[in-house]
Amino acid sequence: MADETPTTVTITLNGRPVVAAPGELLISVAERAGTYIPRFCYHPRMEPVGVCRMCLVEVEGPRGATLQPSCYLRVNDGMAVVTDSEKVKKAQDGVLEFLLANHPLDCPVCDKGGECPLQDQTLAHGSGETRFVEEKRHFEKPIPIGELVLLDRERCIQCSRCTRFAAEVAGDAQIDFAGRGDLLEVAPSPTQPFDSVFSGNTVQICPVGALTAKPYRFSARPWDLDQVESTCTTCAVGCRIAVQSSGGRLSRVLGLDSDAVNHGWLCDKGRFSLDSVDGNEESTDVLSPATRVSVPMVREDGVLTPTSWSHALARAAAVLGESSRGPDGVGVIGGAALTNEAAYAWSRFAREVLDTEHVDCHYGDGLDGRLLQALPGATINDAASARVIVTLTGDLRQELPVLYLRLREAVRQKSALIEFAFGASALRSLARVALAVRPGEAHLVAHALAGETPTADIAASAADIASARELLGDGEGVVVVVGRPNLAEDPAVIETALRTLAERFPRARFLVALRRANVRGALDMGLAPGLAPGRRLGAPGRDTLAQIDALSSGAQSAVVLLGGCLLGNVLDVERARAALERAHVVAVTGHGGASLAYADVVLPAAVSHERRGTVTNLEGRVSALAAKVAAPGSAWDDVTIAAELAVALGASPEVTSLEVAAKLLEETTGYPALSVLNDASADGVLASTGERSARRTLDPMAFPGVRSTDALGQGEFAGDTVLAHAHGHGSSAPVTWDQVTAGSGVALPHVDAYSLRLFASRRLYDHGIAMSGSPSLRGLIDETTLRAHHADLDRLGLVTGDTVSVVGENERVTLPVASDDAVPRGVAEVGFGTRRDGENLLSRLCSSQTLTLVRLESR
Amino acid sequence: MAFLDSPRIVTSRKDFADSFTLTRYLATGGYAGLTKALSMFPEQVAAEVDAASLLGRGGAGFPAGRKWSMLRKSAVSYLVVNGDESEPATFKDHYLVERDPHQLVEGVIIAAYALQVTRAFIFLRGEFALGLERVQQAVNEAYEHGALGRHIFGSSFSLDIVVHPGAGAYICGEETSLIEALEGKRGFPRIKPPFFPAVTGLYGEPTVVNNVETMSNLPWIVTHSGAAFAALGAGRSTGTRLFALAGRVNNPGVYEIEMVKNTFRDIIYDPALGGGVIGDKAVRAIIPGGVSAPWFGPDQLDLALGQDEVAAEGSMLGSGSIVVLDEDSCVVRAAWRITKFFSRESCGQCTPCREGSGWLERILYRLEHGGGRVEDLDLLLDLADNIAPGLTWPPQQTTICVLGSSIPSSIHSALSLFRDDFVAHVDHGSCPHG
Amino acid sequence: MSHLRTEMRQRAEELVSLYPSRRSAMLPLLHLCQEQDGYLTDEAMAEVAELTGTTPAEVRGTASFYDMFHLEPVGRYVVGVCTNIACLLRGGEELLAHASEVLGCAVGATSDDGLFTLEETECLADCNVAPVVQVNHRYVRTTTPEAFDGLVADLRAGRLDHDVPPHGTLIRVRRSGGLRVDSAEIAAERASARDARALREQ
Ligand SMILES: Cc1cc2nc3c(=O)[nH]c(=O)nc-3n(C[C@H](O)[C@H](O)[C@H](O)COP(=O)(O)O)c2cc1C
Ligand code: SF4
Ligand code: FES
Repeated sequence: MADETPTTVTITLNGRPVVAAPGELLISVAERAGTYIPRFCYHPRMEPVGVCRMCLVEVEGPRGATLQPSCYLRVNDGMAVVTDSEKVKKAQDGVLEFLLANHPLDCPVCDKGGECPLQDQTLAHGSGETRFVEEKRHFEKPIPIGELVLLDRERCIQCSRCTRFAAEVAGDAQIDFAGRGDLLEVAPSPTQPFDSVFSGNTVQICPVGALTAKPYRFSARPWDLDQVESTCTTCAVGCRIAVQSSGGRLSRVLGLDSDAVNHGWLCDKGRFSLDSVDGNEESTDVLSPATRVSVPMVREDGVLTPTSWSHALARAAAVLGESSRGPDGVGVIGGAALTNEAAYAWSRFAREVLDTEHVDCHYGDGLDGRLLQALPGATINDAASARVIVTLTGDLRQELPVLYLRLREAVRQKSALIEFAFGASALRSLARVALAVRPGEAHLVAHALAGETPTADIAASAADIASARELLGDGEGVVVVVGRPNLAEDPAVIETALRTLAERFPRARFLVALRRANVRGALDMGLAPGLAPGRRLGAPGRDTLAQIDALSSGAQSAVVLLGGCLLGNVLDVERARAALERAHVVAVTGHGGASLAYADVVLPAAVSHERRGTVTNLEGRVSALAAKVAAPGSAWDDVTIAAELAVALGASPEVTSLEVAAKLLEETTGYPALSVLNDASADGVLASTGERSARRTLDPMAFPGVRSTDALGQGEFAGDTVLAHAHGHGSSAPVTWDQVTAGSGVALPHVDAYSLRLFASRRLYDHGIAMSGSPSLRGLIDETTLRAHHADLDRLGLVTGDTVSVVGENERVTLPVASDDAVPRGVAEVGFGTRRDGENLLSRLCSSQTLTLVRLESR
Repeated sequence: MAFLDSPRIVTSRKDFADSFTLTRYLATGGYAGLTKALSMFPEQVAAEVDAASLLGRGGAGFPAGRKWSMLRKSAVSYLVVNGDESEPATFKDHYLVERDPHQLVEGVIIAAYALQVTRAFIFLRGEFALGLERVQQAVNEAYEHGALGRHIFGSSFSLDIVVHPGAGAYICGEETSLIEALEGKRGFPRIKPPFFPAVTGLYGEPTVVNNVETMSNLPWIVTHSGAAFAALGAGRSTGTRLFALAGRVNNPGVYEIEMVKNTFRDIIYDPALGGGVIGDKAVRAIIPGGVSAPWFGPDQLDLALGQDEVAAEGSMLGSGSIVVLDEDSCVVRAAWRITKFFSRESCGQCTPCREGSGWLERILYRLEHGGGRVEDLDLLLDLADNIAPGLTWPPQQTTICVLGSSIPSSIHSALSLFRDDFVAHVDHGSCPHG
Repeated sequence: MSHLRTEMRQRAEELVSLYPSRRSAMLPLLHLCQEQDGYLTDEAMAEVAELTGTTPAEVRGTASFYDMFHLEPVGRYVVGVCTNIACLLRGGEELLAHASEVLGCAVGATSDDGLFTLEETECLADCNVAPVVQVNHRYVRTTTPEAFDGLVADLRAGRLDHDVPPHGTLIRVRRSGGLRVDSAEIAAERASARDARALREQ
């Protein structure tokens, strides 16, 4: 008999036939058919629980029509539903009245007032008059439940959206219901505050004003807010956001539901770091990332002094012009925080005006850009629907939080996860196979997976390798997520592992998970040696570390620093310091930073939410950035700065403005730019895949606070094949696999029994600009801790909370230790990032990127 | 009196002070049922239970045999025994676990054999400290005796029983909530579908949940046959049943009575049973079947104690409790206290139950304490109607479990039977009766 | 460092081993912590989180659902007086008021000497000796104000120490040994038995 599972079912909704997919939730079927059923607990991105009972409708059954929660009920063929009967209305009004019985009527002073689903429902349905004459439930007014979130228990309607988000979506159930009945309240534990990096999402989805965000509290009233849609540039995931401002100042960022990317969620760093844009107005120290740089400056008598643009440009031109006349005299470092258009402008500026190939957007923490471009790519959705996901990355919750959420959901539902287990990882408990990998051996593990006998001992057990191989099969349905987990390790280790996997599993696809905001866009624009704009092969040049060496030795005399802060991003700070000391430095930046101590000229640039343009996320999706507020002082956008500097250098640049950059980029390389920019509000046209996602109207209940409820563009895909349609550009060609197969080889030092291999991992709450520039987030910057397997700590009699003296390559530092058996034996994991005024303790432990060994000495 | 003639099925050791020991149990026919069961095929044991027409004694009165036959086939399945007994004025399981724990354990082993499960959990109300000790002791002794563990009595059947203490929450008597508690969570009832634990229960596996008294009947049924059990009682109500009689009677207590053969009047007035109302007062109301059930007035005293007989009159036998209110009892106070119970015990998931119970309780408190208004009477009914639309019996639901729809019963009963009392409370600020 | 004392910790681990899922041991473990400390300390709940693979917030949230668990210190004796319908009809409220007066503490509070915590309970399923009184979950079958006074005197004098252990001590009978049945083994045995039976029946 043929498979007769029906592909559609027909239900009767208020007498009308409506077609749906079998098993769809009645509430969303009705919504699509234009019948909006009121709701509180239901959220389209979470499993239904059916507890608020607001969505009751009448469903015909064997015992007549009964009231059923439409958010929980799955449709089946012939189902007859009535949503507008007297009985339904009475039940719904009853629920609303019950909810209001204990809910304070303090809307005028509530953060949610004016954008509150409960308030809206009450206006739409409620009789307005209360029959409840007794005293309402009382709780102590707002209590902080975490660093960023406050809870007003009186306002809570027990919908469980927040607790479900924490447990189900984020996987950190640091809040839960406590008590019972009408004393049910949301509560953290006194021993563990709500410090999830996703805490802000609970504020966003709370349908009343029970959860509020400390940073936003009282800062604006909803009716004063003005909104644009944009893309978050805090990391490379590129979440879609609504940016709201009030009176010319940024007030709030909310997540939008981009089906392809973030499902409406954001991490707290992306959500709350907007106050780093306004900057800490009291801060004037240009060496601090908390300071906004808003006027051009030149060094006079050793001091950076404000000046005019023309003077600053002339000085910069003088410095660069002189150096660029010598061979290999100038280089450019940075650019991963730029828009695609700006990256394109600077890429061409470097090549055409400065005549140099020494450009690099990584700070020594990337991977060979040519290799990345040649890999068969995968989108986030591809990864989230893969049969097997392999993570060859650091802890994704720390590196790319929303990608972590997407993968977590996939793994909870159906995908099998194989983890290269370098250290602590939030996905570990869900991994089917966790392959213990010590620094310097990822490529050996990849060899083993490819069926070759490893040439050295590896930490992963033969049994784990075997199970992983079985899951991998021939690579069909496999997506490998690859990043750069360990900063204190030769990138060749991961690159070699990648090559091995790509060759042995030719059907596998790869999602590149480098974390810096627009690093993918910068690489696509050619801001790395060996690459040219438009995902093309370019000429070789010096990467960041090579430039640092060249500056130190005098082989290179000048450098342009684009955004970011070199010293805050490299592992070996001392080496970089020495290089900058000798160099001529022109810094183009919107924020202060330690590197400015060496700058001859500082050119102030607009930053996120102040500039337009496009960015490319880690999967290759190009989406638009909107300018919500004006840049402070006389800061310019980066495209203009590149153009004006070119003019000052006597060139006549082709790229003169954002629009011109976007137009040229698209016309000459086929890279989506102008189309995305002009159509920032259109639905996503995914050029390469033919996917088309329909423009949807947002459910205001799912996204309270989002002003306009049109789900806007998801961007265009600039993945593997898109550029085949390009009109062609000069002599360069798309990067192909055979151009990158020659591996550099990996040479590692001998490891003795007393040493631990250093795993320098990335922390979300690091001392970068987003955190240290943000008054709300600054206090959350992680304390540097050394994590190691308990067996390694036992040998020294150390337990969690002790401090240890760590002897590295350069000197010894003292760190607190934490016992963590997620770290393989023989490994010491230290996070890159510390609260001690940005001082990077890691840099005192290691200077090279080959395997670093450390010894622990108990004190 | 008919009740005296019927055999004692679950209270046969009533007269022994050491009825809870293995020695006494073995001396009085203990574990004979299990021995017999093990000589039969599991399906035959289930067939006997089906033939007995044993209705569940936990409250819903669902036939045990039918429930067992619905157990989804699966590699792993579980048996869970409901000993949470928290329905107000119900104390028959308390009697069984303290006085005859081996009978319960034997019943559980028989059921587990019929269902072919290898792990059973006995969930006992946490406040039964002595009951927990007695049942744990019985389980320990059963292991020693070879009645539990590997290869029970030399057969190929093996079983582990774990005694699991509750921790004080009425709702955990509801079977899906009990399963949640057994999984270490808050006792939030699970939303339906899936409708029965027999399909998706403990750890998502098929699970049979049966009441302590239901289980305690099994040794007798297997020993004497299902037909012998079915010969007692009448109609669907077969065998005997434990009734917990409480309130304004001279001899409150647990009585084993043949089903249908006796009436409310018998159990309240018979000298060997309730022995009449204290001070020979008149009966004002009876609350049968636990506080979720609609009340009866004196005119229903001659109603037979059978499941269908009581249902036909618009109430239920429920958990087997009977509370007697006499002419001096204040019905407003009774309705208030029952509603307060529901308000304190609502799990808090569903809005109508969580908020509705508290609101109703506060209105009743006001009425009882002299602050009532005339409009409160209609308000009570309207709010009750918002929780259980139509105020029908059995009630319609707006909530996940039936705790919510049970809230209106007492209020609706009291207002229908004794509206004048409420009006008097409004008018005089106090009770004309008690 | 374990907050549970060595012997308690050992019992805790045994409890965990009785269930197919660690979290199932939650209620027994919380009873165990309460047996050690009289109430649930934050440290104990953190340890239960570790034992059950949950978070401290989940442990606290779960514990607070159940009336028998106390998140604040209580007296050595927790005295519960039932006022639910059966007891109400037989003087439960009056006995509770009397208890409050005699113990010198409000309902829900602890006496100044730290000896008694008084609670109004829901039905305790012993309605034939109403109004029902429990002390540390032991039925004391004391129904009159006079009897209650005697009970308090006995408790103060330590005359009931054997019958009424300190608060939190619930099941004094220990389970003898862990699980005896290996389900996988049984499944295999059963499959072969089925085959044998099928053969017989052929
Ligand atoms: C609110 C509520 C409380 C309940 N309490 C109990 C209880 O204390 N004991 C019990 O056996 N069943 C109780 N039940 C019934 C159980 O859900 C279930 O039907 C019963 O345990 C099944 O066993 P049986 O078929 O042997 O009666 C309760 C049901 C509800 C809705
Ligand atoms: S705090 Fe808000 S989101 Fe959480 S349960 Fe209460 S109303 Fe719902
Ligand atoms: S019950 Fe359906 S939205 Fe809450």
